Amino acid sequence: MIPEIGQFALGLALVLALALAGFGLLGAQRAEARLMALAPPLALGMLLAVLASFLCLVASFVENDTTVSTVVANSHSLKPLLYKISGTWGNHEGSMLLWVLILALCAGAVAGFGRNLPSALQARVLAVLGLVALGFLAFILATSNPFRRVWPPAPDGLGLNPVLQDPGLAFHPPLLYLGYVGFAVTFAFAVAALLEGRVDAAWGRWVRPWALAAWSFLTLGIGLGSWWAYYELGWGGYWFWDPVENASLLPWLAGCALLHSAIVVEKREALKTWTVFLALLAFALSLLGTFLVRSGVLNSVHAFASDPGRGVFILALLMFYVGGGFALFAWRAQAMTPMGVFAAVSREGALVLNNLLLCSVAAVVLVGTLYPLFADLVLGQKISVGAPFFNTATLPLAAPLIGAMALGPLLAWKRARVFPALQKLWWVALGALLAFLLCLLLAGARIGPALGFAAATWLIWGATADIAERIALFSRPRTAWARAKGLPRAAWGGALGHAGLGVTILGLAGMGLAEDKLALLKPGESAVLGGYEYRLESIADAQGANFSARRAVVQVLRNGQPVVRMEPEKRSFPLARMTTSEAAIHSTPLRDLYVVLGDEREGAVVLRIHNNPLAPWIWLGAGIMALGGGLSLSDRRTRVAAPAPKAQGVRA
Amino acid sequence: MNPVWRKRALLGLPLLAAGGAGLGFLAMLRGLSTGNYNPHGVPSALLGKAPPEFTLPALAGSPQPAFGSAELRGLGRPVLVNFFASWCVPCIIEHPQLMALQRAGVPVFGVAYKDKAADALAFLARRGNPFQALAADEPGRVAIDWGVYGVPESYLLDRQGIIRWRWAGPITEDTMSAELQPLLRRYSA
Repeated sequence: MIPEIGQFALGLALVLALALAGFGLLGAQRAEARLMALAPPLALGMLLAVLASFLCLVASFVENDTTVSTVVANSHSLKPLLYKISGTWGNHEGSMLLWVLILALCAGAVAGFGRNLPSALQARVLAVLGLVALGFLAFILATSNPFRRVWPPAPDGLGLNPVLQDPGLAFHPPLLYLGYVGFAVTFAFAVAALLEGRVDAAWGRWVRPWALAAWSFLTLGIGLGSWWAYYELGWGGYWFWDPVENASLLPWLAGCALLHSAIVVEKREALKTWTVFLALLAFALSLLGTFLVRSGVLNSVHAFASDPGRGVFILALLMFYVGGGFALFAWRAQAMTPMGVFAAVSREGALVLNNLLLCSVAAVVLVGTLYPLFADLVLGQKISVGAPFFNTATLPLAAPLIGAMALGPLLAWKRARVFPALQKLWWVALGALLAFLLCLLLAGARIGPALGFAAATWLIWGATADIAERIALFSRPRTAWARAKGLPRAAWGGALGHAGLGVTILGLAGMGLAEDKLALLKPGESAVLGGYEYRLESIADAQGANFSARRAVVQVLRNGQPVVRMEPEKRSFPLARMTTSEAAIHSTPLRDLYVVLGDEREGAVVLRIHNNPLAPWIWLGAGIMALGGGLSLSDRRTRVAAPAPKAQGVRA
Repeated sequence: MNPVWRKRALLGLPLLAAGGAGLGFLAMLRGLSTGNYNPHGVPSALLGKAPPEFTLPALAGSPQPAFGSAELRGLGRPVLVNFFASWCVPCIIEHPQLMALQRAGVPVFGVAYKDKAADALAFLARRGNPFQALAADEPGRVAIDWGVYGVPESYLLDRQGIIRWRWAGPITEDTMSAELQPLLRRYSA
């Protein structure tokens, strides 16, 4: 019964999405208030219908209903409850439903919180979101129905891919989807603006919070995915430039450019065409990721079990939305004229530079990801583009970007001078240089990590200098505290976001100094790495809920003093006939001790031991970036979309 | 051309790029269903041919004999030629499957690719030696003739010594059951 209700709700949502798209576009075109007023309640209705459908699927997974084919293929009665629930979106069908649910949530938010939007703009935005939902609902119902029944019922489910049975991964897809789908809203705003033929400061003020929210969620999602790869895959790496990872990085880069250029639209009514383009591009790249992951055109460890038939459907959707958006852009964007003019050296100029560099990085990643596919198609050549290409091609672009990140916030709008801004940064530059030399000479680091430490210092101190400058900490220290309290949260958020990237770079530079070693140990023997002694105490069998394991107990000592006991495991999942290795990780602020259990041989085991300096900072930095985004989002001005109050004593 | 249309042509470039990419993706999807496009398999120019002529020295200090193209001809049974190296992490993943092949009586000929003899021997001493014959290609020249793309990489030769299958990357349990074992059954018969 429950799956049928879910299926019915999905069909209802499809009808509501169709009505929303039709009435919204028609109403806004004919300026009929009654039709436009239908859009918000239709969007809320669509949200309720999709939510009901999603809850039905969750219920089917929780009660392990073996007449539902998705449950049979992906769940098992012995699985812990958390993974039964997360199993709902750990497969193709369920994850598409989650995607649409988040889209419906976004549409509901635009309907609920958008009361002070101009009604035609709101109706158009909702209609475009309805159109996007319509396509994906049709896709789910036509090719990937999660509620399809099987008869007779299977005795039990086949289990979820054990690699995915992990708390980190339970929340990785929802966060990524919040990011991807958030860009659907900025896309809808861009299409609505093109239909209306108007982009103004109010539009920028509406787009920026959505770009900011989508970007923050995407930051968290990518960070969580990278952390998961680090501790679950047991390779000791955190980023592999895998096509699927790149597919999530691309919208992040475009979104990062978008949220910066939207500031220029909001404050100065310039860069309009460019901002609209970025809003279209961010969603286009999100859809491209969806297509690449689910169609089977690429070879990746992350790709879903794929089906060319579904691929054609997604490609058709992709071409309809992206092609439609870009066609509208080609036709209408020429009429947008910038209002504010600005000099090359100015806050706007710095933001343009940021945009160009971010887009260049995105272009490099896009080419590196797609080139092997097209080389295979056109030239019949098998090429793999790996980390060396991405590292050498993106670093020269990242370097000026990082350089400008500390400088940009100190420049004035319209027209600025570089020299006074540089004067405010001399102690930051000195700090960066000092960090570089200290690493190179004292710690004996190679030049790459040393440059990384310098960049991290530059960014973190640069963000501090930005705040210090705004509250006049050095020139008028007495009243600095009052100014700090009066500083808009967006300013704190921006500085925090930039510092967060610095923290991530700190972690990356630390990982550049990582060392690892393979050791064949018998119980009682020990290996030494990075000043720590790893003594293998025992190796024994262990039993989990749906797996059996071999578990080693490793005592870590430093200067003869015990530090921590680590228990790396190798789990075998009999149902999935898979083994996973659970690395044991001991995180401290300065380093991760990381031990992976390898094969056993005549009473001895292979341990792979990693010493990863500063590794936790990589993900901490991602958290700080997202926190900066959130703080900026909570700013009164973005929250209520009210005009910015005139700054008093604070340069906003 | 009037300025509005000139602007439109410029602003239409993203549309053009998206359209081109879309056509490319469509061709890939077509190829996936007809078998003309396969992102997972790496085809070899040598499929259906005998391997290139070569002789290689034995791995210094190893009891297994060396082999060359002459030894691969007319073995009368299928043989798997495996390029590996002690420095290669996926080779560790692949290794249990090679051991299983050896236990099943399938001859596996190994080529230590760009590897020092002592390291390769230590690798095999630690993990077990699945190879019936073992040659060293320290300069990697023979691997170039074979078109090796990276280690690990394996070639299946049929009873007549003709290359029938090439697998770039580790042979996992899935590869074993889905690809290699059916092929072994077909070419052993």
